[in-house]
Amino acid sequence: MIIYVTDRDGTEHELEAVEGWRVMEIIREHGLPVKAECGGCCLCATCHVYVDPAWVDRLPPMRDEENVQLDEAVGLEDNSRLSCQLIMSEELDGLRVTLAPGTEV
Amino acid sequence: MELETPEAGQKFETDVIIVGAGPVGLFAVFELGLLDMKAHLVDILDRPGGQCTELYPEKPIYDIPAWPVITGQDLTNRLLEQITPFAPTFHLGQMAEQLEKLEDGRWRLTTDRGTVLEAPVVVIAAGGGSFVPKRPVLTNLEAYEGRSVFYAVQRMDQFRDKTVLIAGGGDSALDWALNLSPIARRVVLVHRRDDFRAAPDSVAKMRALVDAGEMDLHIGALKELRGADGQLSSVLFQAKGEDPLEISCDAMLAFYGLTMKLGPVADWGLNVDQNLIPVDTEKFETSTPRIFAIGDINWYPGKLKLILSGFHEAALMAQQAFRYVYPDKRLRFQYTTSSSDLQEKLGVADGS
Ligand SMILES: Cc1cc2nc3c(=O)[nH]c(=O)nc-3n(C[C@H](O)[C@H](O)[C@H](O)COP(=O)(O)OP(=O)(O)OC[C@H]3O[C@@H](n4cnc5c(N)ncnc54)[C@H](O)[C@@H]3O)c2cc1C
Ligand code: FES
Repeated sequence: MIIYVTDRDGTEHELEAVEGWRVMEIIREHGLPVKAECGGCCLCATCHVYVDPAWVDRLPPMRDEENVQLDEAVGLEDNSRLSCQLIMSEELDGLRVTLAPGTEV
Repeated sequence: MELETPEAGQKFETDVIIVGAGPVGLFAVFELGLLDMKAHLVDILDRPGGQCTELYPEKPIYDIPAWPVITGQDLTNRLLEQITPFAPTFHLGQMAEQLEKLEDGRWRLTTDRGTVLEAPVVVIAAGGGSFVPKRPVLTNLEAYEGRSVFYAVQRMDQFRDKTVLIAGGGDSALDWALNLSPIARRVVLVHRRDDFRAAPDSVAKMRALVDAGEMDLHIGALKELRGADGQLSSVLFQAKGEDPLEISCDAMLAFYGLTMKLGPVADWGLNVDQNLIPVDTEKFETSTPRIFAIGDINWYPGKLKLILSGFHEAALMAQQAFRYVYPDKRLRFQYTTSSSDLQEKLGVADGS
């Protein structure tokens, strides 16, 4: 399984993904800078990503908790998600996301 | 516990200055206290506890030794109780800004509110950095910041008879919308969705004002700031699927929560790598003698950002700090269970 992540400098990285891991954890594990201040507790919105338009509708819907926390995300767009709330699975193989402002370490 | 929090702007001499009153800074007071060292703590937040109280007061933590489960707030309360015998002094709501070396080898730390602390030892327990407001993503934001765009209200009077746009949907946004409403010419609240994560009472009051036509509420996103020389004249707003709308305003208050930034510590001449301060694992001292770094802020091979690691680091740091504070004294290793000397310091001298 892989995911494609564009960092804050605009470079795309192909990352090996692990089933069951949060997308945020995969990004962090590969050493890409992502603040993820709350470690995946859905409390900080510093793991904010923009989802490639082709993928927006293929993701599991947001839980209330994620939508509420997006209130504290900066640079919000319609394709905004919190990467700590996206859990890696077969269905997400090939996912493309871009790290949003506010995720810089 | 009644915290000792003197007025800002005074000067104090002490044994150890601790930057950061998170769990690790608090426990450092205990370890230092057992070795007869007095501490002053500085924190930009207005209460102790660091991440535990600011980010997750109600969340249970499961990996604190001997506490199968404890919330962030309870852990902080227990730590405060534990350090009570050592009567630390807190300088809250202040940013530790400058650190300079005095001729006699001691350090002088100055806060943004003019408090001056002098001590032979400094302990940096700054965690992920100081908590600062998140900044919205808007072109030319810097030009307006501090002039007509703010993240906190210093003086309410500043907004008298002004049209104030308030962005955000949490308690800070609603509290200020309500507080400023009687003073401002008009309050315009802008939030991304028509649902507010704030005290139900505040939400109800806000809705009543909006219904009565005394406050404006717009659901959508801010797109652009307009104005000249740092003075806002309007913002461009857009509701989902609609044309942009220009909203006139004199000032904007943005409340998107807090985030941690290393801040002034980066300018203290210490070795800093990727926002972390490398230390040795014997004394947790930085590359600058007499300055220690413990807790989330430090880095060494194998480092884990856990509260329990920070507690261990505090204990070892205190051993070396003792040698600087009391160069002529000998350090004696003792257990709190058996040492009547330590028990006396803890105020439990009868062993009970
Ligand atoms: C949601 C969440 C869940 C967590 N769960 C766990 C868990 O289960 N177990 C665990 O062990 N850990 C957990 N952690 C991590 C744990 O909270 C941290 O390891 C711990 O808070 C670090 O303590 P600290 O005292 O080093 O720093 P912090 O708690 O970050 O405190 C540092 C303090 O220093 C202040 N400061 C910094 N610079 C300055 C300055 N220049 N001037 C003034 N003040 C300054 C800051 O305002 C802050 O209050 C969790 C963290 C989060 C966010
Ligand atoms: S890591 Fe904090 S919300 Fe995702």
